[in-house]
Amino acid sequence: MKTTKSKAPMIVTIVVIAAIYAAVFIAEQILPPTSMLFTVLKKGATYALVAVSMNLLNGFTGIFSLGQAGFMLIGAYVYGIFTIPLEARPQVYQYFDGGLVQFTVPLVIAMIFSGLAAAFFAFLIGLPVLRLKSDYLAIATLGFAEIIRAIFQWNGLGPVTNGSNMLRSFPTFNDFNITDGQGNVTVYLSTLVPFIMSGVCILLIVLLIHSSYGRALKAIRDDEVAAEAMGINLAHHKRLAFCVSSFFAGVGGAMLAMYQTTVQAKSFTSAMTYEILLIVVIGGIGSVTGSVLSSFLFVACSEWWLRFLDEKQMIGDFEVPLLRNGFRLVVFSLIIMIVVLFFRRGIMGDRELWDLKFSGKERKRRAKE
Amino acid sequence: MSLLKVTNLVVSYGGIEALKGISFEVEQGQIVTLIGANGAGKSTTLRTISGLVAPRDGRIYFEGRDITDYNTQKIVETGIAMVPEGRRVFPNLTVLENLRIGAYLRKDKEVIEEDINYVYDLFPRLKERSWQLAGTLSGGEQQMLAVGRAVMTRPKLIMMDEPSLGLAPLVVKDIFRIIQTLKGTGMTVLLIEQNANAALHACDYAYVMETGRITMTGTGDELLASEAIQEAYLGKQADKPARS
Repeated sequence: MKTTKSKAPMIVTIVVIAAIYAAVFIAEQILPPTSMLFTVLKKGATYALVAVSMNLLNGFTGIFSLGQAGFMLIGAYVYGIFTIPLEARPQVYQYFDGGLVQFTVPLVIAMIFSGLAAAFFAFLIGLPVLRLKSDYLAIATLGFAEIIRAIFQWNGLGPVTNGSNMLRSFPTFNDFNITDGQGNVTVYLSTLVPFIMSGVCILLIVLLIHSSYGRALKAIRDDEVAAEAMGINLAHHKRLAFCVSSFFAGVGGAMLAMYQTTVQAKSFTSAMTYEILLIVVIGGIGSVTGSVLSSFLFVACSEWWLRFLDEKQMIGDFEVPLLRNGFRLVVFSLIIMIVVLFFRRGIMGDRELWDLKFSGKERKRRAKE
Repeated sequence: MSLLKVTNLVVSYGGIEALKGISFEVEQGQIVTLIGANGAGKSTTLRTISGLVAPRDGRIYFEGRDITDYNTQKIVETGIAMVPEGRRVFPNLTVLENLRIGAYLRKDKEVIEEDINYVYDLFPRLKERSWQLAGTLSGGEQQMLAVGRAVMTRPKLIMMDEPSLGLAPLVVKDIFRIIQTLKGTGMTVLLIEQNANAALHACDYAYVMETGRITMTGTGDELLASEAIQEAYLGKQADKPARS
């Protein structure tokens, strides 16, 4: 017997995703490029990738790691170091005689380097750290991220990392726009390209999750001892998940560098990891689409929709009370508390967008029985 | 030659000897059971055979090969499957995914599909619930799934740790019928039970364990007839009152 799972939800999902990409492309041509919408979309796409990579560990493998900011930092730096144009290096590395690295690689190669560097560090750290369980692992990875941050700011490494000075002048999202000879933009691609980058990476993660490897990871999450008794090599699989997750966090770091246009180690704080963790939890631990949705919502709330709360607002002659600088964060925290209270398992739980229709049917079927 | 041969196995956890040198054999095609009270070392024995615990002394032979130093993965590959105590199915995976995890180390894709159908034939209930999350199954169904998952590794020897634990009497009957079915298909079963009565009726050969040692051996019928066994494990009073 072969139980057939309906293909329809999958097709609907593909159509929806294609429509979103088309909408992004069209919006970019029509709306002014300074619109907040594009800031949100670009940062959202970046955070979505990092959140999904974190979900691969926390949600699908059951490894509670808080090293995401550290791996993003490695990715962002590697990207910057390999893509700053040679002519800009003397200015960027002004305190270090133009820096040690005197070559550049194409952008996509640099992004892959970013991922590989992060994965390499993950491999090294994983050797001792992955023996730990839950909270202890979280503490160890958090500590690692802080150490990385300190090392990258160390002046001794200045010729490579530029010490505590920022890296800049590397290609950013805006460089994806196609321009004519006079520097006027003919086709806007600065939002679509990050969407494509992030989309490809997330697709790869989804494919991994749905492979037999992914099934083994979920088995480890559910019951380590039983998984081991089934012959699943725990150390090997955990290391694999850790490295893959870090690889994509590194790529996400490279995208963040492109979004921010500058990179400085001191901005990759543990607060950044907590933001990502928040996105994963709100989206639903174990749901890829949940992480993607919630990262856009999170970025939109924190950067855009709640901005008005930070300014004085007048309704006629009446000044709305409480609104002042910082009030946005109060409301934001309240929203998060409400979400956590009412959607205890996140927006999506552990379901995916393409499961929604299926689970609706299933519920009806069960109700009949 | 026996399928599984354990000689003088010693296991200690942090200074406490859980197994004090036990030896036993499991013959091909038989149901062999280890019975005994809590803490006798039955589970430790199984965990040691499947490589989850390293022994301090003694050897384990499977089909004449020394597998004492194999890791769990290799032991599963040689053909020993375990149904762990308390079932331990993967609650957030579907029934089908649980079965596929059982076949994780196998490369023969087409045969795996056949074996899934074979398990579904053994347990039609699982087929009905193929897309359900394993955590939503009843205790008995979970036990079937745990057995099915072990069968998916294509084992020569299947080891079961307390399969009747926490199940309703009717379901326990089902489980023992399944064990007989497995035997019928040529599989060898090493069974651990506290339910001595049911285990002794089902088995071909039995070993009685007490605090890390094997104290008595015999066929199921021999032990059922033994007064000491009746007194200690079957709750029948001989001339002395049963232990409190």
